[in-house]
Amino acid sequence: MTVQELINKGKFKPINIGSNLDQQIAEPFCCDLLSIAMGKAPSGSAWVTVMGNINTLAVAALTDVACIILAEGVMFDDATLEKAKSQDITVFGTDEHIFDAALAIHNFLHE
Amino acid sequence: MLNDELHLSYQILGDDFTRAGEASSDVKHKLKMMGISPETVRRVAIAMYEGEINMVIHADGGTIDVIISPSEVKLILKDKGPGIADIELAMQEGYSTAPDNIRSLGFGAGMGLSNMKKYTDEMDIETELGVGTTVTMTIKI
Repeated sequence: MTVQELINKGKFKPINIGSNLDQQIAEPFCCDLLSIAMGKAPSGSAWVTVMGNINTLAVAALTDVACIILAEGVMFDDATLEKAKSQDITVFGTDEHIFDAALAIHNFLHE
Repeated sequence: MLNDELHLSYQILGDDFTRAGEASSDVKHKLKMMGISPETVRRVAIAMYEGEINMVIHADGGTIDVIISPSEVKLILKDKGPGIADIELAMQEGYSTAPDNIRSLGFGAGMGLSNMKKYTDEMDIETELGVGTTVTMTIKI
């Protein structure tokens, strides 16, 4: 499943659409501690988190995750949203719990 | 491919969390452009970012020199911070001296130095209390 195909599913609300629409999503990854995500986030993963600050973007960019999914209704503030745009990082939002959002990704990948 | 060494230098500001990671992103971008393998680029980016964020949190900033040669990337992070009292303890996963406001940003899990060690081929720490810390990391290409 590519990032574009995840957008097409309509499951998660696109908050920012980056330029990596053709990138394959490898697996879901759940983590809210940036220190751990930095070391463990698999490249190409869909990173589901409630940690929505500007450093989340830095970690996403450096680990090459395919997209960020902000769960539990978490939203970036304006400055962070601007940074996501300038860094070209694909970000989705959902009101679902982290587990449910990650499970949806898992299920899409195993359809 | 590179024939000579390329030197890059960055000034890191203390307590500036909005800009933390920009130096690492810049190095990552440049390495990518040079055609270095994605796995190597990722290792450099992670190790440098951990060092960069440590400088922002603990040391009121510092400098990072990056030396890229055909065989390796060397990262030299120098600060005039408080120094590390017990390196062995600081290297342990889960040990952290980060204050609560840092933890609320998602840092302070005590993974920084161990991540740096994990993702590099060599890591050397020179530190003196009250004087500062220099971390040198080498990633083979």
